[in-house]
Amino acid sequence: MPKVALFIPCFVDQLLPEVGLDAARVLERLGFETLFPAGQTCCGQPAFNSGYWRDARPLAERFVRLFASADAVVCPSGSCATMVRRFYPELLAGTRQFAEAKSLGDRVYEFSEFLTGVAQVTDAGATFPHKVAYHDACHALRELDIREGPRRLLRGVRGLELLEMARSEECCGFGGTFAAKFAMISTTMGATKAENAEASGAEYLTSTDPSCLLHIEGILRRRRSPLRTIHLASILARTDADSAAQASRTAKAAK
Amino acid sequence: MSAASRQFFRDAAAKSADGELHQIVRRGVDSYDAAVLRGQARFVDWEAARRRCHEIRREAIDHLDRYLLEFERRVKERGGRVFWAETAEAATSYVLDLATRACVRTVVKSKSMVAEEIHLNDALEGRGIKVWETDLGEFIVQLRHEPPFHIVTPAMHLTREQIGDLFREKLGGVETDDPPSLVAVARRALRRAFFSAEMGITGANFLVADSGMIAITSNEGNARLCASLPRIQVAIVGIEKVIPRLEDLAILWPVLATAGTGQPITCYNTLVGGPRAPGETDGPEEFHVVLLDNGRTRLLADREQREALHCIRCGACLNSCPVFRTVGGHAYGTVYSGPIGGVITPHLAGLREFQHLSYASSLCGACTEVCPVKIDLHRHLLQNRRNAVDETLRPRSERIAFRLWRWAMLDAGRFRLYGWAARMALRLAYRVGFEGTALDPARAWTKDRAAPPIPRHSFRAIWRKTHGV
Repeated sequence: MPKVALFIPCFVDQLLPEVGLDAARVLERLGFETLFPAGQTCCGQPAFNSGYWRDARPLAERFVRLFASADAVVCPSGSCATMVRRFYPELLAGTRQFAEAKSLGDRVYEFSEFLTGVAQVTDAGATFPHKVAYHDACHALRELDIREGPRRLLRGVRGLELLEMARSEECCGFGGTFAAKFAMISTTMGATKAENAEASGAEYLTSTDPSCLLHIEGILRRRRSPLRTIHLASILARTDADSAAQASRTAKAAK
Repeated sequence: MSAASRQFFRDAAAKSADGELHQIVRRGVDSYDAAVLRGQARFVDWEAARRRCHEIRREAIDHLDRYLLEFERRVKERGGRVFWAETAEAATSYVLDLATRACVRTVVKSKSMVAEEIHLNDALEGRGIKVWETDLGEFIVQLRHEPPFHIVTPAMHLTREQIGDLFREKLGGVETDDPPSLVAVARRALRRAFFSAEMGITGANFLVADSGMIAITSNEGNARLCASLPRIQVAIVGIEKVIPRLEDLAILWPVLATAGTGQPITCYNTLVGGPRAPGETDGPEEFHVVLLDNGRTRLLADREQREALHCIRCGACLNSCPVFRTVGGHAYGTVYSGPIGGVITPHLAGLREFQHLSYASSLCGACTEVCPVKIDLHRHLLQNRRNAVDETLRPRSERIAFRLWRWAMLDAGRFRLYGWAARMALRLAYRVGFEGTALDPARAWTKDRAAPPIPRHSFRAIWRKTHGV
């Protein structure tokens, strides 16, 4: 059975464990053996994007060592995968680990990218009978060129109706530390994203990136919007059994 | 925190809440986007055109010394004068001396961001010289005593009703607010100025080295009037605007027009190479080109970011930028706003004072995606941040925070422990109703965003239970 090392972003580990668990569930269902290198912490992106390259560097070196023996590394975040594939070579340029970082970058995949590109899956065997809109997360879109893959996976989900929202490629305003440093700009951008998502008529907004979704969800909740966010992995993890269980729960509640 | 930075935070917060402004800007950008899509479709291969423009600009910037000297030689051969201004002060005093010597009372000026950069209008008006901005958008913001909102569309933030009211107050003779009649009102005022002005000041979009000419692009024909009617013409141009060959305009003109407004080609493209020659019927008696450095050579010396000098000032990165669309051009408080402003202002005007502009970006990369000369804009914003850290220009508290964060993250045991402690603290805080209040440790996040439900167990804790190890 092919082995996949999970790269679980630090904030997913601490705040959104179900995203990591759902990603693992999908991979296992598709026949991959998953392992979680327990030494992992943070890839260093918050420091890197804030200009603290010297604080990010030891974390990058540590990450490269930790995942050195993995054949494939899968991450349920386009942004964190970007950090390793696109930014590590820049951060570690001129160090002894440069070549290793570059080679690791070629083996790191964003979750949907791994499914469509490596596993060649379009139907992950999921059922999710809802209207869903897709938000193109910036790093996935512009650094990793991920655009069609997630949409193809969503179209393969039974019962799911994929809706295109207006300006799906416009940044939601998260931007890492930007979200806290410039909260007033960040939340205004997020409100624009939320409005466009609401106008699409979707019940759920999904994406490759849990950080965007965390930010948008926070804004949606403050707006008391009925729209919810859900990570792509969590949609793909839902099977017939889940929706049957959900349906019987709803039926019971109705009684 | 610098004064400029404090001002930016205040203005950006105010503009972030200005829904009316967002609507006006959105309308402008929507019609711009549609026009640009149509414009790009006219190219057989827009990407190839971008690559070619990038190559031309790189060639020019990498050999700036050679091409500038070639340009100067050819302008002088035709009887024009070239003045090398190292600083803004040198440039303004050259123009002021010229104006004083020639007893200039009225100046007509076409659009020039470099003139904004050196505050030329203030300097001239300080000497009692009347300056008329003749580009319609610039004319409007001049009447409002405002700087341009956007480097290409200076009055983008105004509705036609606001412009109608402004003209009624300042000019009179306004019947309706429809654009043609407003244009007619402006034209009446400007025509008189064109015929009375002794000096015309223009910028230039390009300096063509092999022909010794300046290339000026405009949609209103005002720039060529500025360059031909008054007795003296002065072009003030950044040294980075040079291009090697006349034939390069064959691609640069349509690419500039398409990226700037979506037009196939801008309405008026004028080449001026010197004063009126014997036997010619029009043109100025004196032709001066002021080549402005003002910090550009510092950027040139930075190998990593030198390509920021490739910029042709089309404004595409501003339109594409969600931060620009949220805070608008004025909040930046600088001549060059948006992504390109965030990249070059710290180099031209000081990293200490203007580093915040490089941080005021989500690094989404939309700017880099649209730049017609392929400047890696969002990467340069990041490099400015790194430079600010390396030069110890960041607050001490932030430096310490990242140092501690690094220490915590370098060990999985510490990460687990502090992560657990933070989650428990937040769970407690939210249970007692502190969310979003001054007592919320995550208030920067929760002031305008709901906190996510904080889980009891981390991924790794659950994983250990379900998968072992």
